[in-house]
Amino acid sequence: MDVIETEATLAERLRDAQEPVRVLGGGTRGIGRPVQGKALSVAGLSGVVDYEPGALTLVVKAGTPLQQIEQTLAAEGQRLAFEPMDHRGLLGVDGTPTIGGVVAGNISGPRRIAVGACRDFLLGVRFVDGAGRIVKNGGRVMKNVTGYDLVRLMAGSHGTLGVVSEISLKVLPTPETVATLTVHGADGEHALAAMTRAITSPFEVTGAAHVPGPEPAVHLRLEGFPGSVEYRVRQLKSRLSDLGEITVETVPERNAELWRRIRDVEALQSAYALWRVSMKPGAVYSGLLPAIEQWAQCRTLMDWAGGQCWIALSEDEAVSLAEAHGVEDAADGAAWLHRNLQEAVADRQINQGGGGHATLIKGADALRAAVSVFQPAPAPVAALSAGLRQRFDPKGILNPGLMN
Amino acid sequence: MEMPKPKPEILANKAGLIARLQSVLSRDAVIEDPAETQAYECDALVAYKCAPLAVVLPSSTEEVAAVLTICNEMGIPVVPRGSGTSLAGGALPTADCVILGIARMNDVLETDYDNRIIRVQSGRTNLSVTGAVEEEDFFYAPDPSSQLACAIAGNIAMNSGGAHCLKYGVTTNNLLGVTMVMMDGTVIELGGAHLDAGGLDLLGLICGSEGQLGVVTEATLRILAKPEGARPVLMGFDSNEVAGACVSDIIKAGVLPVAIEFMDRPCIRATEAFAGAGYPDCEALLIVEVEGSDAEIDEQLGLILEIARRHSPVELRESRSAEESARIWLGRKSAFGAMGQINDYMCLDGTIPVSQLPFVLRRIAEMSGEYGLDVGNVFHAGDGNMHPLILYDANKPGDLEKCEALGAEILKLCVEVGGCLTGEHGVGIEKRDLMTTQFTHDDLDIQMAVKDVFDPKWLLNPAKVFPLDVSGPRRAA
Repeated sequence: MDVIETEATLAERLRDAQEPVRVLGGGTRGIGRPVQGKALSVAGLSGVVDYEPGALTLVVKAGTPLQQIEQTLAAEGQRLAFEPMDHRGLLGVDGTPTIGGVVAGNISGPRRIAVGACRDFLLGVRFVDGAGRIVKNGGRVMKNVTGYDLVRLMAGSHGTLGVVSEISLKVLPTPETVATLTVHGADGEHALAAMTRAITSPFEVTGAAHVPGPEPAVHLRLEGFPGSVEYRVRQLKSRLSDLGEITVETVPERNAELWRRIRDVEALQSAYALWRVSMKPGAVYSGLLPAIEQWAQCRTLMDWAGGQCWIALSEDEAVSLAEAHGVEDAADGAAWLHRNLQEAVADRQINQGGGGHATLIKGADALRAAVSVFQPAPAPVAALSAGLRQRFDPKGILNPGLMN
Repeated sequence: MEMPKPKPEILANKAGLIARLQSVLSRDAVIEDPAETQAYECDALVAYKCAPLAVVLPSSTEEVAAVLTICNEMGIPVVPRGSGTSLAGGALPTADCVILGIARMNDVLETDYDNRIIRVQSGRTNLSVTGAVEEEDFFYAPDPSSQLACAIAGNIAMNSGGAHCLKYGVTTNNLLGVTMVMMDGTVIELGGAHLDAGGLDLLGLICGSEGQLGVVTEATLRILAKPEGARPVLMGFDSNEVAGACVSDIIKAGVLPVAIEFMDRPCIRATEAFAGAGYPDCEALLIVEVEGSDAEIDEQLGLILEIARRHSPVELRESRSAEESARIWLGRKSAFGAMGQINDYMCLDGTIPVSQLPFVLRRIAEMSGEYGLDVGNVFHAGDGNMHPLILYDANKPGDLEKCEALGAEILKLCVEVGGCLTGEHGVGIEKRDLMTTQFTHDDLDIQMAVKDVFDPKWLLNPAKVFPLDVSGPRRAA
């Protein structure tokens, strides 16, 4: 593996490269179609460049371990508010997650519904494009509309447009108090109702998740100053009392553990294949979930008040699907479900005109190689993406095929 | 300001163009009479004017597509226009262009409170988006000062901010989807009612692209439940440094106010003379607003006031009623009008790291003295987005040029201290020629490559954003 230690070396490597490269940070997020190419790691580009707690801004090199960033921020009572998920448990890998990987995947957690996604906290990036040119975009200030916004374009581009070398982030203070209301027994429409009432209230709910199963529950998180959290817990409780028995968790460690499990989709870690669907909550509950029930026995977890739906397929179920649809093995069974999911998400009857996407997050290499891991876009939009890739990566060497 | 020379063959074939436009639009939607097109000769950057060849006012996405198809075939530049409130000349016409005004497309298409979205035609004004949902106690967060007039289309083009973006973010953080017409007439949808992109985040790229990549005709916006209440506190300090340190301490303490507004002495004095809001006569004034229930507000303001007292304020005024809140905001909200009362002014928009505030304010005061032009500062301190207002006399020969030179010096200073040329107004033509102070050749080249992909003939909103000498080879190609 080629471990890069400076931006200049990175630029040189990409300028000279004639063969595809597989770009890695900590290598903990193997999302996308498998890439054939020489591994190129930016983990050596590491360290805090600048941190101004009073300005809520942090500049770091892309290979900086996430844990180091979290510790640096915690020392000043601050944090990455978008709560990036840790994929290691789910994907069964070791390694050290880096901030570059978070940005490449636009990785965001439960707090996304309240504060925004990773892309919303990016103030600027430096990256090297496929021709080896060093480019900066954005900066390190909170507001910046100077020139086109390539910062958001780089977020979630999975290293296919350029290799990010430096990242400026907006950070936020960590609230003093956290509390979670759990509505026990809330499932289906009741779960959606609980989450909808919560996030359409003025009480600034920073997490809204529905965990189905034999003991279904909806979890709602409130954060802030102690008096304020106490007040909002009371208000929310009275608004939801008809939907199930409500308990309130106020112990910080237990709250952290609960939301970490939701963030990392821990309940579905044993899945053979796992998808992430992003649609408006109403469409998930009335369109998508009933459709899935017709096809297979899947386990689900709803985050973002229902706007992010995790769908897990076991190997046994994948085999049953294969048998039922006359295809060869478990991977083919999962591929069948994958195509149906993506078609369903694109169907206006199901997405209710709101659009959406289904992305295969976990699956064997053979499965990920056989399908379009990311939701296929209509032709004119796909042509724009292809045009951008051609210009950002004229040699076609950056994670080729990963996203398409 | 240099603009590309109008193409004589376009000017010569005006009749042919008008005939084709009239074949796809109703009679009253095509304006060609120079007496009427003159109304579109500039936007809110009034120093530059140029009447367009024609103006079209389509009523639907299909009509926008028909117009763009024609202009693309005929090689006619198109300048999209929302409400024409750009302070950067973002909607300045060229003499050979068609102005595509979106103002007739202002319907609400869908309101969905449960899913917290509203879908509107992009000509709808910013404030009327909130107006459409406030009966249900919802609001649309980005609130540029021009929100009464400015269109969502322009907000998307410039990625507009506002006073409350410290907490709620700017347009790109509140925009979920668009329907957009490409220059060749193709209609595409990006995003939707969901929260993230399924592939490349093209929506994020469109927002802030100054109408150069496509014409947005519909937008899906995030709406939020209104907070139970909001209350400001006003504090006066005897130096900019102390006020700046106070801002930093408030932020570090873990309070996230919805707004932290800053005014300096020249601006306070002008405002007092104009609006009589009862502001103290001091070096620097902060207005800090927090939200929540009464008790929550008390809790936050208690903390903020405690921090402020540590900085020996010359004045601390906590609002106790809606009237007192309005009074505290009165001066801030009339600041631009007050400065305009004194003289013509140019409003800059550079953003700097918050830690550089005292230094930059001191340098601006020095430069103001050197140029002999008064500068007042009123801005969003929480996010470092400065708004120096340079006063000049448009009737005095040479004053505008002097003002622009001072403006350029101030913006260069913003870049030097680690900031940027524009925080929320956009580049337009105003900051176009300064782009090379912030960006390298490669930085600009890859941005222009994006333009190549979306608008290969470079017909959309010509001569904006990129210095003409930098974009020349691409425009000629």
